[in-house]
Amino acid sequence: MESSELSVSLWRGAREGRYETYRVPRHESQTVLDVVTFVQRHIDPTLSYRFACRVGVCGSCAMTINGRPRWTCRTHVAKVAGSGHLEIGPLENMPVIKDLATDMAEFFEKWQRAKGVFSPSQTRQDPIAQIRPDSPARIAADAAIECINCGVCYAGCDTVRWNADYLGPAALTRAWTLLNDERDDGDVARLQAISESGGCHSCHSHQSCQELCPQALNPTGAIAGLKRRSAAAYLKGEIS
Amino acid sequence: MNVRLYIWQRATATLMAPLVLGHIAVIFYATRQGLTAADILARTQGSVLWASYYGIFVAAVSIHAAIGVRNILSEWSPLPDHGAGLFALLFGAALALLGFYAVAAVVLV
Repeated sequence: MESSELSVSLWRGAREGRYETYRVPRHESQTVLDVVTFVQRHIDPTLSYRFACRVGVCGSCAMTINGRPRWTCRTHVAKVAGSGHLEIGPLENMPVIKDLATDMAEFFEKWQRAKGVFSPSQTRQDPIAQIRPDSPARIAADAAIECINCGVCYAGCDTVRWNADYLGPAALTRAWTLLNDERDDGDVARLQAISESGGCHSCHSHQSCQELCPQALNPTGAIAGLKRRSAAAYLKGEIS
Repeated sequence: MNVRLYIWQRATATLMAPLVLGHIAVIFYATRQGLTAADILARTQGSVLWASYYGIFVAAVSIHAAIGVRNILSEWSPLPDHGAGLFALLFGAALALLGFYAVAAVVLV
């Protein structure tokens, strides 16, 4: 370990605010979330941030670390603080509530707009659907099903930055998963929703979402699939 | 950008790709062969083929560029979507007017 202390600048305030610098002791296998937690527990208890599981499952602890959105609980300090300094801010493309906590309401509302809710084709009285795990549709659905809703892709998306109406990579990836789910029957409404202004066709395929996704998912690929499916549906007259 | 504009933009791009290559080939041929303006006009005037080739090219460019400009304006300017759409429509119409005027100048006898 290069130094026994780390210099950490944390965003303090809401939309208006400033970075304040703290000295935090370094430890072996220390994560960025450990650093933020140390500041709150030992230096300034008024620091606001969000976390829950600490093991990369809940998707609530993402922040901007040295200019790049990351999940903090699974990001080791050694990986990102080569210079001995960390700058930690709230996720971009979302309103800041306070300090490192952002308002993710719009992010989740866009999931609703993209019809990211499962629309069952059967009732609980029907027999359980038999889905072959090696069918092409199920493989496509499985590829994106591990999204933890952390908002990293959304925060790193240039198109979201330029176009506030854009649904974003996470919501569109969810739509792609459901479109490939053979048990779901909401395809037409979902294709209509993601084909309107601000939908999948607004994507510039910069692939930042694919680069940044902590789960190594490929939202760009999912969005490309949506573009193909919605264009075909439009040409067939299934959507307007 | 919605699915309708997306399809128009991709379709016109697909149409333009071979037309651009043909256009570049024509430029190479005309310069390498040292064709004069009179030589070129002798080939294009009254030609349905050249009128169709560049007429389709102009139509595709006007539609394609207008959609692109609309997208840029809606993302990068403070114009609302309908304002960007109106500007893009005028831009596309201007391109079409200038383009068809140029085509007419070389194919009409």
